[in-house]
Amino acid sequence: MAKLIGTPQKRKEDPKLITGNGNFTDDIKLPGMLHGAFVRSPHAHAKIIRIDVSKALALPGVVAVYTGNDLVGKVKSVPTMWLLPGADLKPKDRSALAQGKTRYAGECVALVVAENRYIARDALDLVEVDYEDLPAVVHQEAALLDGAPLVHDDVAANLALLWKAGEVPEEEFQNAEVVVKQRLYNQRVIPNPIETRGAVAQYNPGSGELTIWCTSQNPHIHRMVYAGVLDIPESRLQIVAPDVGGGFGSKIATYNEEAVIGHAARDLKRPVKWIEDRKEHFMATTHARDEVIEVELAGKRDGTFTAIRVKNTANLGAYLSTFGAGCPTIDFGLMVTGAYTIPKASVVTYGVYTNTTPTDAYRGAGKPEAAFQIERIVDLFAQEIGMDPVEIRQKNLIPAEAFPYGTAMGVSYDSGNYHYTLDRALDIADYASLRAEQKRLREQGKLLGIGVSTYVELCGFGPSKVAGAIGFQGGVWENSTVRVHPTGKVAVFTGTSPHGQGTATTFAQVVAEKLGIPIDDIELISGDTRSVSMGWGTYGSRNTAVGGAAVAIATDRVIEKAKTIAAHELEVSVEDLEFSNGIFSVKGVPTQSRSFQEIAKSANFAWNLPDGVEPSLEGQSFFDPPNFVYPFGAHICVVEVNVQTGEVELKRYIAVDDVGRVINPLLAEGQVHGGVAQGIGQALWEGAVYSDNGQLLSGTFMDYTMPKARFFPTIESHFTETPSPVNPLGAKGVGETGTTGAPPAVVNAVMDALRPFGIKDLDMPLTPEKVWRAMQTRGENA
Amino acid sequence: MIPNAFDYIKAGSIEEAIQLMQESDGEGKFLAGGHSLVPLMKFRLTNPGKLIDISSIQELKGIRQEGNRLIVGALTTHKQLYSDALVKENIAVLADTARTIGDMQIRNRGTVGGNLAHADSAADLPGVALALEALMEVQGEDGKEVIDIDGFFLGPLVTALPETSVLTSISFLIPPSHTKSVYLKYAHPASGYAVVGVCAIAGVGEDGRIDFVRIGINGVADVAYRATTVEQALLGELPTAESIQRAAALAAEEGEIGNDLFASEQYRRNLATVYTERALSRILL
Amino acid sequence: MTCKKNISLSVNGVTRQAEIEPRLLLAHLLRDELNLTGTHIGCDTSQCGACTVMVDGDVVKSCTVLAVQADGKEVTTVEGLGDMEQLHPIQQGFWEKHGLQCGFCTPGVMISMIGLLKENPNPTEEEIRDALEGVICRCTGYQFIVSAVQHAAQLIAEGNAVKETTMSTGEGR
Repeated sequence: MAKLIGTPQKRKEDPKLITGNGNFTDDIKLPGMLHGAFVRSPHAHAKIIRIDVSKALALPGVVAVYTGNDLVGKVKSVPTMWLLPGADLKPKDRSALAQGKTRYAGECVALVVAENRYIARDALDLVEVDYEDLPAVVHQEAALLDGAPLVHDDVAANLALLWKAGEVPEEEFQNAEVVVKQRLYNQRVIPNPIETRGAVAQYNPGSGELTIWCTSQNPHIHRMVYAGVLDIPESRLQIVAPDVGGGFGSKIATYNEEAVIGHAARDLKRPVKWIEDRKEHFMATTHARDEVIEVELAGKRDGTFTAIRVKNTANLGAYLSTFGAGCPTIDFGLMVTGAYTIPKASVVTYGVYTNTTPTDAYRGAGKPEAAFQIERIVDLFAQEIGMDPVEIRQKNLIPAEAFPYGTAMGVSYDSGNYHYTLDRALDIADYASLRAEQKRLREQGKLLGIGVSTYVELCGFGPSKVAGAIGFQGGVWENSTVRVHPTGKVAVFTGTSPHGQGTATTFAQVVAEKLGIPIDDIELISGDTRSVSMGWGTYGSRNTAVGGAAVAIATDRVIEKAKTIAAHELEVSVEDLEFSNGIFSVKGVPTQSRSFQEIAKSANFAWNLPDGVEPSLEGQSFFDPPNFVYPFGAHICVVEVNVQTGEVELKRYIAVDDVGRVINPLLAEGQVHGGVAQGIGQALWEGAVYSDNGQLLSGTFMDYTMPKARFFPTIESHFTETPSPVNPLGAKGVGETGTTGAPPAVVNAVMDALRPFGIKDLDMPLTPEKVWRAMQTRGENA
Repeated sequence: MIPNAFDYIKAGSIEEAIQLMQESDGEGKFLAGGHSLVPLMKFRLTNPGKLIDISSIQELKGIRQEGNRLIVGALTTHKQLYSDALVKENIAVLADTARTIGDMQIRNRGTVGGNLAHADSAADLPGVALALEALMEVQGEDGKEVIDIDGFFLGPLVTALPETSVLTSISFLIPPSHTKSVYLKYAHPASGYAVVGVCAIAGVGEDGRIDFVRIGINGVADVAYRATTVEQALLGELPTAESIQRAAALAAEEGEIGNDLFASEQYRRNLATVYTERALSRILL
Repeated sequence: MTCKKNISLSVNGVTRQAEIEPRLLLAHLLRDELNLTGTHIGCDTSQCGACTVMVDGDVVKSCTVLAVQADGKEVTTVEGLGDMEQLHPIQQGFWEKHGLQCGFCTPGVMISMIGLLKENPNPTEEEIRDALEGVICRCTGYQFIVSAVQHAAQLIAEGNAVKETTMSTGEGR
């Protein structure tokens, strides 16, 4: 069988994208299409006293203006979809358009619809809104204090949820030889795909069918939610994710704007388009992280860890976003013990409402924060007992023979060889030489730092009964149909919704290898609720491990049926047939054979099928994974800190990742580069900053630092392969490894560089001024 | 983001441009490359009723030498500036500075005149213009005048350029042949603008002492400034690490030092000192 | 209301006329009026470079240029680079070296890198990274973009598949 799985292949997606023939949401143009623009609250917290739309309506070219009152009974609030049990959850949903009050700067107050986007923009300035400013609270710890302004009047202390898991007897810490404690702030970051959000909606007044093209990572979830919000049966609501220009978690959530645009199209009986501009995007699309994490690690003088307890105070923003409740609880909490054998662990999470943009998933969603706190505290523990950070890791990493490994947090790590991956990274980095170099440079007053992280993360959620147990409002299985046309060309349908991952290529590699046909004979169909019956989308690194597994199984079912037909035609039993390189042949008699294409024709023409076999050649799978998968890796970062300015120069970055079986190493490496760049971005540059009254100060690309090419050295990416037993491909997930592994590796490196100053910890992002100030005060205030 | 509506008219000559501006009743703005103006208009921070496009006026183009000065037409793009043989040969630091402005796309489009007339301290040219004792050649309703760069920047985004006048060209001093020069900047990681930019030009006389020094600093303060105290501290001194360090410590003595999300006043002062020291060390040690 | 303007420009070698509001941005002229949607808008503040096109051979950010400023000029967009029958070397480089993931910034990045290669046909990694200052890619971490540009430079040096019309757009005028 031609070997395709595990080989680098050029992407099937690229020809349209490199020739300007992509079809992104803003590229869609329909006859009679109108343009929408949203009036947004300039205040973080305010009462709406009066809205006067008359001047806007009078502007030539303006077709309609909607306010919250206009939508009562027509567009419902957009519900959260993660109803975390046992956490006294107080879900607060966003109104389609604000009613009575706005709770964060940027919240939608009105929608203007006009003949073109220029007029729509002009009309925004003509909508008069009188606000009564209310006191705002932006920081989660402040929001929990007595007397803090209440974001929602009926949510006491702004506490949206209180989640606890695991237990550690107090004696574990009282009697421990060593306890290391640290407060860490995992700052608020903004996913910022280069394509902002947007939607185009079209309504057929005759059939009652509504189509919304939108920037979605999971159109079937959008359909399910918007069907309720707009009160349309799912059968009459079509959601299409055309080409999507990156998501990184921000296009998982269901938002109000898309639904309101759908309503406007239905109401006006004309297509309506809305495209976020970047300034809007900064306020209107979900942010992420923003967690104050207090961690205590207990252990022995010899470096053995015995217990960990963690408190996470998470900023959820003004409303509970789609999966907002899950990120700082389940996603975070289950992974706090990291890659180590820590027999006892507990986590408590306070989820807090504030007058800020709601937070939700961003590449890793909770797992990067978990890895960050464990990898930082491990370094601090090593420092406390005077042990090398590598040695302490080697001592505590879960040994290869222990898998599957049940953790203190109650999950079962599927497979791994953590020591081997670390050894590889140490070899590539030449760790001993780096330490010698560091010593030499320190004598010259130069601050070289070496940081290590040995992360593990959880992805490919499953099975669905677990999703149910944790309150996730949906399934986590995945669907694929492999349909063979009469000519032997193949259409692969998937319920995942790729937006840059290269899935059309990787899935084609799987199918082509199995069927023994050219990769070009395969097309992937995804992202359209009319084409694909059901599915759960692309997020949480589930694309290959769950979606790809479904494709593999569906393909096997095609082969199984094709074999039956081939055996019938060749007048032998199925057991006497072998299938190789696209040919069914009688064992030992290679001349007696049928090609896959011949069987495709036979199956579809159905002139001569065996008894009981139905026409056509299709395989389908609804794959519900029996467990999560757990990618892991060892990252080593080398930095030099400039003593005069506090600038951090990245000298080297080594990433050795184990993502299970790699389908396409070229694409996998691309995923690592992108993830590491975002992870380094969080460590060094990125951070959303609010003023005390809730104005987003870092609200454009002029203020919010998106990593640029010149910031990075060549990322040295390598893989080890420990297949996962959880799915037939043996694949884990590669998308989130970088954002999980990189922030602690970088921060550990910078703290290592700053050791001569006695500085133990600084909050991300490690901006030059922050580092410089810490050196100025010699760590006294750090 | 979309600008407010405005009228647009193309001026064929400087005189026509001035007349159109007079007729615009304070509603007009000159448009050259548009790279300072258009972004502000898209944010609707500035909303001119009329744009007078001066980009095709030939008299505003070209670079020529007059004695110990180079006369650079206001419409010269940053790319033309750093590609020009006269500039590279005579005032290398001007070419080098132009090469660091923004990014490739901006350098292709942004103009020298637009950059300076915008009077953004975080732009790169103000510092080098101060150090090169630039003379701003201006034509207005009352004829031509020359504004010394020292009196040109009045405040953030405010200049001495009369509203109805056109900045026609900028005359830069060709530094004495025994001098060396450099522009060093610390770019804001997001915007690319200078958090600090230091243009230093200095030379050492036959007696081994510093006999020429000009330092222009942009980015640090809300208005770019000439660091005359640093210059005075160096004049007549031997070029040593110590004399440079002593002088550089005075780099933030002039100007209202700014403060933003990325860099506080204290940090900016530090950067000004560090970058001045680095720049001077580069050319004097 | 303000007066509309008639403009005439050459886009990818074809003369196009339009009656437009003076405030119309070049990016919107290309996308909305001329249906050349390969040029994208990502940031609105001249940082991301997704809107980069060539005007008279120079790479510029079309979201910061008024359409009236392109009157009488020659504009090249991604649609004018090459097609699948004959890809421009930069397109080939991006495809072969996996220089794109979501592909949204890609047209602007490719065009801006043509600008680099015109000035510097054999750039070092550092020079490429510096020249990428005017673009933001959130997907790739830039590493394979660097590889793609290096590959394109090599293809051009070998004289493979160079479309003279494209590489010389606006020059010699």
